[in-house]
Amino acid sequence: MIIIGERINGMFTDIGEALRNKDPKPLQFWATKQEEGGAHYLDVNSGPAIPTGERPEAYKWMVQVIQEVSDLPLTLDSTNYNAIEEGLKLCKRPAMINSVPVERAKIERVFAMAIQYNAQVIGLTMDNKGIPKDAENRVAFALELVAAADEFGLYMEDLFIDPLILPCNVAQEHAPEVLEALRQIKTLADPAPRTVLGLSNVSQKSPDRRLINRTYLAMAMACGLDAAIMDANDDALIDVAATCEILLNKSVYADSYLKVFRTR
Amino acid sequence: MPVTVVKERYPSKVGEVILGAASAQGGTRTSVITVGGDKTLPFLQFEGIAENKPVIAMEVNDIVPPWNDALKANFAGVLDNPAAWARKCVQEFGADLIYLKLIGADPEGVNHSPEDCSRITREVLAAVGVPLIVCGCENAEKDNEVIAAVAESCAGENLLLGLAEQDNYKSIVAAAMVHKHSVIARSPLDINICKQLNILISEMGLPLNRIVIDPMIGGLGFGIEYAYSIMERIRLGSLGNDKMLSMPVICTVGYEANRAKEANVSAEEYPGWGELKDRAALWETLTASAILQAGANILIMRNPAAVKLVQDNIADLMEGN
Repeated sequence: MIIIGERINGMFTDIGEALRNKDPKPLQFWATKQEEGGAHYLDVNSGPAIPTGERPEAYKWMVQVIQEVSDLPLTLDSTNYNAIEEGLKLCKRPAMINSVPVERAKIERVFAMAIQYNAQVIGLTMDNKGIPKDAENRVAFALELVAAADEFGLYMEDLFIDPLILPCNVAQEHAPEVLEALRQIKTLADPAPRTVLGLSNVSQKSPDRRLINRTYLAMAMACGLDAAIMDANDDALIDVAATCEILLNKSVYADSYLKVFRTR
Repeated sequence: MPVTVVKERYPSKVGEVILGAASAQGGTRTSVITVGGDKTLPFLQFEGIAENKPVIAMEVNDIVPPWNDALKANFAGVLDNPAAWARKCVQEFGADLIYLKLIGADPEGVNHSPEDCSRITREVLAAVGVPLIVCGCENAEKDNEVIAAVAESCAGENLLLGLAEQDNYKSIVAAAMVHKHSVIARSPLDINICKQLNILISEMGLPLNRIVIDPMIGGLGFGIEYAYSIMERIRLGSLGNDKMLSMPVICTVGYEANRAKEANVSAEEYPGWGELKDRAALWETLTASAILQAGANILIMRNPAAVKLVQDNIADLMEGN
């Protein structure tokens, strides 16, 4: 299970302010804290804190200050591909591009960029008309992403398909459809593409956020989830990921498996 | 029609462990050996290289061992002299390293003192230039004294010391850490205990590149298939980036093969089985070659005829590298 720490995102007040003030400390604090929690990648998203035109500079700065304190690979998260490209140029480790929808112009831009910078790609099962309601149409989009990986020569395991989970308090019917989509996406190619979710989305604005995240993570892993952008500092959530790896027979059991999962 | 060769891509590899220390590293060995480093399942060189060839450690005991006469005949004249025995194994039979088993330390037997054991180990070290593996008599309490003494008196030699087991690992690991040696972590044909023991040892602070896994094996006809499946799982774990299973593997081939009736009874008793001399050598050879295919990095062997055949087998298998 690949854990992508979600916390360096301008949507959070402390990060938003840090971006506006060019204060590296909150970014560096969360880089270190998420790494300690168990993150394997750090998601980096300026959010709306920075005006679009200034984002390429902002991403350069973010990548630099984070890499000063952490060796983790980064997931550059933006709809502004110029910003992502500026960030990719500075990444010390192969990064992940987050994300590309199924729209031809964007696919051409992102997959070519991924090849150029040896980056992985998160592909979204949606187009400019939005997110499908059912599993079937999610999988149809996934197939287009798989075809794009083939076309551009991206190694299939470097493609992470996100079937897009929505908050269960407003779009409950999506949760089982996403699980079914995960199952089917893993059968689209051999080797299969990998799968990812923005896990915390499932619990947006619910009072029991952590319980919902933990439960859905276990369900999704059983259906073939390989990675999640998630709260890397919810210890019980990390324990769920570690335990699922054992129960799915993906990792060899040892009495200290919880501890080992964090030291990898 | 051209056939496309399907290749697996693994994210990681077997860890490398260095055995022995030359003078530059604080030891006295004239050759050191690196084991592990494989990037694929055993000998599938079309997928990835096997960084270092598997090696053979020949067994030497501190007292005349209770082996059958046919096997002992190979070491006539040196069986009561561990240093001469070790020299013969290296010079005559081409052993890559020496496995010194201190069975004489057994309190129920000759009861060599820790000082005797240290002296014998140093004598063997002086007699050969290859790295040494040193194990006790498998009496936990006594071994803790013996191995601590050997570790101290051979400080800096980077011996491979055994055995660390789940119920008894702390003294030997501490001795290895203080005096710069590596350890064998033995688990009873159990992948979960194997991993847990590696975790426990590394939690004491011994680096992973100073641990070698002894998964325990069965000889040919005596449960070798269980060993095979455990070892395959260990290899897949290391290739899949499970750091706590990523150590090279050592197997007690000579001990297991020579426990079998087939390696001991005479042709007079079992006329259909053929001559003991050839049969025993083949029993050990086939145990070794099967275990090589399961991913063994260090084979501990006894019979020089078997050693010769397995050396040839290893050379053939490594040709694709």
